[in-house]
Amino acid sequence: MCLGVPAKVIELDESGQGKVDYLGTKVRTNFSLLEDIKVGDWVIVHAGFAISRLDEKEAEETFSLLKEMVSAQEGENSQEK
Amino acid sequence: MLKEIEKGTQTFFCPIRIMEVCGTHTMTVHRYGLKNLLENAGVNMISGPGCPVCITPNEIHEAAIELITENKDFILATFGDMTRVPTRKGSLQRVAPAKGSMLKIVYSPQEALEIAASNPAKNVVFFGVGFETTIPAIALTVKKALENGLANLSLLSALWLIPPPLKAIVETKETAIDGFLYPGHVSAIIGEKPYRFIAEEYRIPGAICGFEPSDILLGILSIIEQLKEGKADVANEYTRVVRPDGNPKALAVMDEVLEAKDAHWRGLGLIPCSGLRLKKKYAAFDAETKFKLKIKEGSGDLPGCRCGEVLRGLISPPQCPLFGQKCNPDFPYGPCMVSFEGSCLVHYKYGRR
Repeated sequence: MCLGVPAKVIELDESGQGKVDYLGTKVRTNFSLLEDIKVGDWVIVHAGFAISRLDEKEAEETFSLLKEMVSAQEGENSQEK
Repeated sequence: MLKEIEKGTQTFFCPIRIMEVCGTHTMTVHRYGLKNLLENAGVNMISGPGCPVCITPNEIHEAAIELITENKDFILATFGDMTRVPTRKGSLQRVAPAKGSMLKIVYSPQEALEIAASNPAKNVVFFGVGFETTIPAIALTVKKALENGLANLSLLSALWLIPPPLKAIVETKETAIDGFLYPGHVSAIIGEKPYRFIAEEYRIPGAICGFEPSDILLGILSIIEQLKEGKADVANEYTRVVRPDGNPKALAVMDEVLEAKDAHWRGLGLIPCSGLRLKKKYAAFDAETKFKLKIKEGSGDLPGCRCGEVLRGLISPPQCPLFGQKCNPDFPYGPCMVSFEGSCLVHYKYGRR
């Protein structure tokens, strides 16, 4: 039930209603639970409502942390050999 | 990462027991085969109470069924999973509604507003189920109903808060837990603070994490680090979505419309301040009082159903004699076999059988 998907804001009107693009599908979404949202932002959508903004910088940091861990492990593996 | 985890668990004599609170995490853990891989690395994952469809007790499902079978001209709107939960009165999908009444499956609570507006002569009840992830959307829907004067709309509340059952689980000590993986999207709303008491009062480590397999492993690594250092913290490994204070706008809507009440959970029993009801200003939208529903607490599960024990982490689904036999995804006997994040359905789909 707490399934939420990342999607990009493609339409937004003054009342907080709009649409997101989720893997090519346009989904009607209510944005009124978020502040200062604009077209082009990435959000997490749950039950037709955007519940949180996806922070690109933080996503990149997590991703580079994962990459670091993988390369550290690969380093160790080659030492073992 | 699994190697890192294995290295970490070698410090301890016993396997580490981590509860994934959220049903969507349960799904990731099983779907990607992490359950077995983690077991081999010294981590036992225990499913928590994080499936709202599962923990909503029978009496509320039965009240919803009564609404459309015993009353004319009612429209009951709810999420799909809720319609398949078996009770002593059948399931919403299998009962025959009274004349002029019907069941409508919706994707968003907002649809209930549209149904109410286009059916002014009918009573529209939104059977709202969910945790903090879903609650703000439902609260906002009720707020809009008041603003738009939709007096024919009401809410049957099956809304649950996540921190209180965690306290209950820790306090009963039935299940030993070394760490908690906190739900990512509930946390997107409530932030980090509501879990602090688990770290501070009970000294149990925890981490908020996302829903990709690597997110889960990051969370587990963080818990192992805390255990190794003898620390207990609320780590946030889902910073791309979860802010320390959560979503203030969503919390404000929740607080404006709803207030906490003591509530019965399936399997877990009565938990103080764990459910929600509408505040006075919105009382006219409360289906329970509006239609004088008799929700008799603790009226019980179907005989033989062990969903309660599954929800408390006391047994794993295959230990229930009905699992995969009398109870299966086509003909679920208990709610944990209905929901996509119910432990039993997840085990049935992805587990060893």
